[in-house]
This record gives sequence, structure tokens and C-alpha cells, in this order.
Amino acid sequence: MTPVATPFFFYLFAGMMLIGGILVITRKNPVHSALALIVTLLAQASIYLMLYAPFVAGVQIILYAGGIMVLFLFVIMLVSIERSMKERQFNSQRVVGIIAATALGGLFIAVYSKGKDIFPDHAVRMTAAEAPNVQSVATLLFGPYMFAFEIASLLLLVAIIGAVVMAKKRI
Amino acid sequence: MGGSTMDQIVQYIQSYLNTRGLTPGAAGNMFWVLVYIMLVFLGLSVAVIAMNWLERKILAHMQVRLGPMRVGPHGLLQPIADAIKLLLKEDIMPAEADSFVFWMAPLIVVLAAFTVFVVVPFGPTHAITDMNIGILFMLGVSSLSVLGIVMAGWASNSHYPLMGALRSSAQMVSYEVAMGLAVVSAILMTSLNKDGTGTLSMIGIVQAQQAQGVWFVFKFFPLGLIAFFIFAVAMVAETNRAPFDLAEAESELTAGFHTEYSGFRWSLFFLAEYSAMIAVSSIAVTLWLGGWLRPFPNLLTGPTWDQAFSYIPGITFLFFAATCFYNTVRMPKHPLFRIQTIGLAGFGVVLGLIGLMLFISGVSMRIQDIFWFSAKVAGFMYLYIWFRGTFPRYRFDQLMQMGWKVLLPMGLGVLIGTGGMGLRSEIWNQAVLPFGRWIWSLV
Repeated sequence: MTPVATPFFFYLFAGMMLIGGILVITRKNPVHSALALIVTLLAQASIYLMLYAPFVAGVQIILYAGGIMVLFLFVIMLVSIERSMKERQFNSQRVVGIIAATALGGLFIAVYSKGKDIFPDHAVRMTAAEAPNVQSVATLLFGPYMFAFEIASLLLLVAIIGAVVMAKKRI
Repeated sequence: MGGSTMDQIVQYIQSYLNTRGLTPGAAGNMFWVLVYIMLVFLGLSVAVIAMNWLERKILAHMQVRLGPMRVGPHGLLQPIADAIKLLLKEDIMPAEADSFVFWMAPLIVVLAAFTVFVVVPFGPTHAITDMNIGILFMLGVSSLSVLGIVMAGWASNSHYPLMGALRSSAQMVSYEVAMGLAVVSAILMTSLNKDGTGTLSMIGIVQAQQAQGVWFVFKFFPLGLIAFFIFAVAMVAETNRAPFDLAEAESELTAGFHTEYSGFRWSLFFLAEYSAMIAVSSIAVTLWLGGWLRPFPNLLTGPTWDQAFSYIPGITFLFFAATCFYNTVRMPKHPLFRIQTIGLAGFGVVLGLIGLMLFISGVSMRIQDIFWFSAKVAGFMYLYIWFRGTFPRYRFDQLMQMGWKVLLPMGLGVLIGTGGMGLRSEIWNQAVLPFGRWIWSLV
């Protein structure tokens, strides 16, 4: 079977992600920004697919593109668009911005130049990735990372209860 | 030069035919993938056209009316006339609408509704491809259609569509939860084998039912049945159909999110609604009703029964043909009806020839899995129409109450129950049976 993870698809999806990300911050209309964010998230799901992580890609589509973004759109649509269109989009904290951009760029360059040492061997990852993905995720989640997984779900439960308590005046 | 390239192409095309037991996607053969995509798209379009006619006819007969009778014999050409009308209609866009989002919304809905058919298993090899995450892919992509609906409602810049979009997306998001729980309990059942590993692949789920020798709707009675019931209710709500069609409640919201749409764009929403109905029905068929497997695999076993069941597709088509001929004879003997009569007879001849072809054993062996899958899905389509004809529409608070306070707890209970039953069979095999044998050996 020929691999689909060709450089062409990588550049296609990476380009879509970049364009989507730029559109998110440059659009004046918040609904358009949210739609651009959805494009970014879907392109990200495709990148996960290319990394032989279909389960993560599927969860990304269901949770982010199908669930969370719908709630985003819900809130944005009920907000008055006229008022938010008039607001200033960018602030002028140039110094902080330049520092953050340099730090992030330095990180990228460091990873790009020293990536081979930081990440495990390429061949090892390829063999692991060809195995059934869902099963291996499950084995990891309910094996060595069981405690962290359960704690995370408990944290989410606390957040849900907190949201209900804060939103409802009388329970 | 030219000959060798042709040979290579022919070889490439034939190479898939030698890999028996693989879907074209899994075999990685682009040509057959494209052929299968075309076939599925064609079949789906025909099914939507047929659904349009059947829904009107069946609904009409339920209400003791005749339904469409004018265009073609018994209104058979009505859907085609409708399609031509919709294509020729003026395409109106509201002046204050957000044109780009308004333009994108129907496309997203249609794309989401059609893309899911990539993994629908019409047979062990009759699927475009088989994915490791099949059912997850189907649920994820079909949940994207909510985005299209929300976009359509917002971009119309009008009150009714916005209200309709809010209603339908709230409904779809909340019923997705109950639906997901029902699906998870069915997936849990696939893991009851020797390795203890289940599967999310659509083909794998049906093969698990084949291996365990029971459709999951009957497994752990009544747990499988309850899960199936939850899914069946949630799937009607997911597709915004009656009795959960609050998003397009005519008396309150004119037509809901697609009020401002007309012509071709409206027909895209129509197409998406019906193909989404077929898609969720095929999920239900795959997960609980044994997918492409023929009915009564345990009760009526043996080569004789296999042979008998392989005749059913042909007999069904011959029955349709006979119905056509019966109505040809009953057509009015007026010269104005001559063309219609000839057309109906011709249609009957085509159906009869298809039926006769299905009696050739090689053809019926290859095709009957598609037939059984389609027949089960067709049963669901009839249920949809039946629901629409019988149930009054729910109120919005009743709908939410049903989703969150009835179906969700039921789904959780079924999930826990299924897990417990699975565990029980484990305990039974690994602890109770050896213990019993030990006692028996003592005696």
C-alpha cells in the first residue's frame, strides 16, 4: 500500500492551517473568525491523520470542530455584531510582542536544527504507528496513565459542577 | 509505447480483482475507489429521488389521499419534475445576508452528509474503504453538518432562520450525547471475543456479529434492544425529522433555518437531509441489525436455506415488475395515456430483467450483501415516513427533557449493564467454569 503521507499533503494542510490562523486574527467579523478557526482545526485533524494517529484526528473533529466550535458560534451569533465590528482589533504592545515572537521563533529554530536528538528515532515511530491506533491509545490511557486520565476527568466534573453553580441562582 | 501504457493501466485495474476480501480503499487502488465513489453517489441520488416519491405516496395513503398522480403513471416522474423546477427557479439571496457564509452553508451540509458514505459497508468488500476509526469518522463528519445549519441560519440575517438554527443545533448537540452512549455500548459488544479487543471499523463490527452468531440488537436481551431504541430515537432527532422537526415547525418558524433559501441551494439542503437519514440508518443497520448479513442466520442454516435466501433479491425485483405490469393493464385506455402506459410497461421490463439477472448464481452471490443492507436501510426509511405520518410534534422543553433526562440516563445504564454482562461472561469462563469442573472432577 502506497503511503498517503506525502510532502504535497503536508504542505497543503500546513498552508491551510496557516491561512486559517491568520484569518482568525485579521477578520473583523467574529463569525468569520470562528469559521476560519474551524478550517484550522480540520486541517490540524488531517495532519494528525498523516502522522498515523486516526483516533486523535477523529476525536479532534468530533470534539473541536463538531462540539466546541458550535458552542463558540452560538455565543458569537447572539452577541451584537455591529458593536464588535467597531472595536479596535489589535493593541500596540510592540515590545512584548517582539519578545514573544523572538522566543517562539528561537524555539522553532532550535527544534528544527536539533530535532533528531530530541525526538525518538524515525524508524521506531513508523512501526509503532502502523499498529491499530485506537487499541494502543486505550492501552496507554488505561494502563500506565490511568491515574492521570481519571484525575483529568474528575477535574472536568468539578468544572461542570462549578459552571452549573455559578450559572444557576437557585439550585 | 502506447500499447505498453495501456497494458499497465489494464493491469492496474485488474490487480484489484485478484485481491479478494479487500475494499478498494484498503487495497489502495485509486481506479476502483473512484468507481465505487461514483456508484455510491449514483445509488444515493437515486435513493433520494425514490424517497421523495415514496414519502409523498405513503404519507398520502396514510391520510387516505392519492398523492401525486398527474406527472407520469402514479406520479412516478414527480420527483424529476420537482428537480427541474428547483433548478430553474430564481436563486434569491436576502439583501442584508452575509453572502459568503450564505453560499458556503448548503455546501458544508451536503459535503458532511455525503462524505460519511466513504465507510458505509454495503458488503465485506463493497465499501469505498475500511477505516480503523470507521464509526468515529461517521459520527464526527455527520456532526459537522450542525455547522452548516448554524451558518445558514445566521447568514440569512433574519429572525426565523436564526431561531430555527439555534433550535436545531441545540437539539443535534444534545441528542449526539445519547446517541454516542448507545453506540459505545454496541462497540463494547464487539470486544467479547478471545482477544478481548473490540473494533471501531464498520466492517469489523459486522464481522464481530457474524463471529458471535448474533445481531447486537438481540445480544444481552434486553440491553441491546434498549441501546438500539435509544439510537433509533436519537437518530430521528439528529436528522431533524418529525416528530422532532421543531427546527422547521411551520406554524412557529415558517421553515426554520432554510426559510430564506430557494432554488438550487434549497434543493441541496433537501438532498443533505435525505442522505443524512440514509447515513444514520446505515449506522443503525451496521451496529445492531447485522449489516449485510441475511436474516435468520442461526434459525434457518445450511446450504439449502442459503440458496433459498439468495433467490429473494431476484424475487423482490420480479414482484416490482409484476406490480408495474398489473398497473399497466389498469391504466385508462385513452389515447392521451398511451405514452404513460408504454413507459410504465418499459419500466416493468427493466425491473424484470434486473430481477432475472439476479437469479444468475454468480451475480446474486456478489450482489446479495448489498441487497440485504439496502433492504434493512429501506425498512428504516419506511419507519421515518411512518413516524411523520403518526406522531404529533414535540414541544421544545419536552424534547430537551426527553434527551437529557430520559435517553441519557438510559444510555448510561445500558452502557454499565453491557460492561457488567461482558465482565460476567469473563468471570463465567475464567472462574466459575474451572471451579465447576474442579468440583465435578472431585465428584
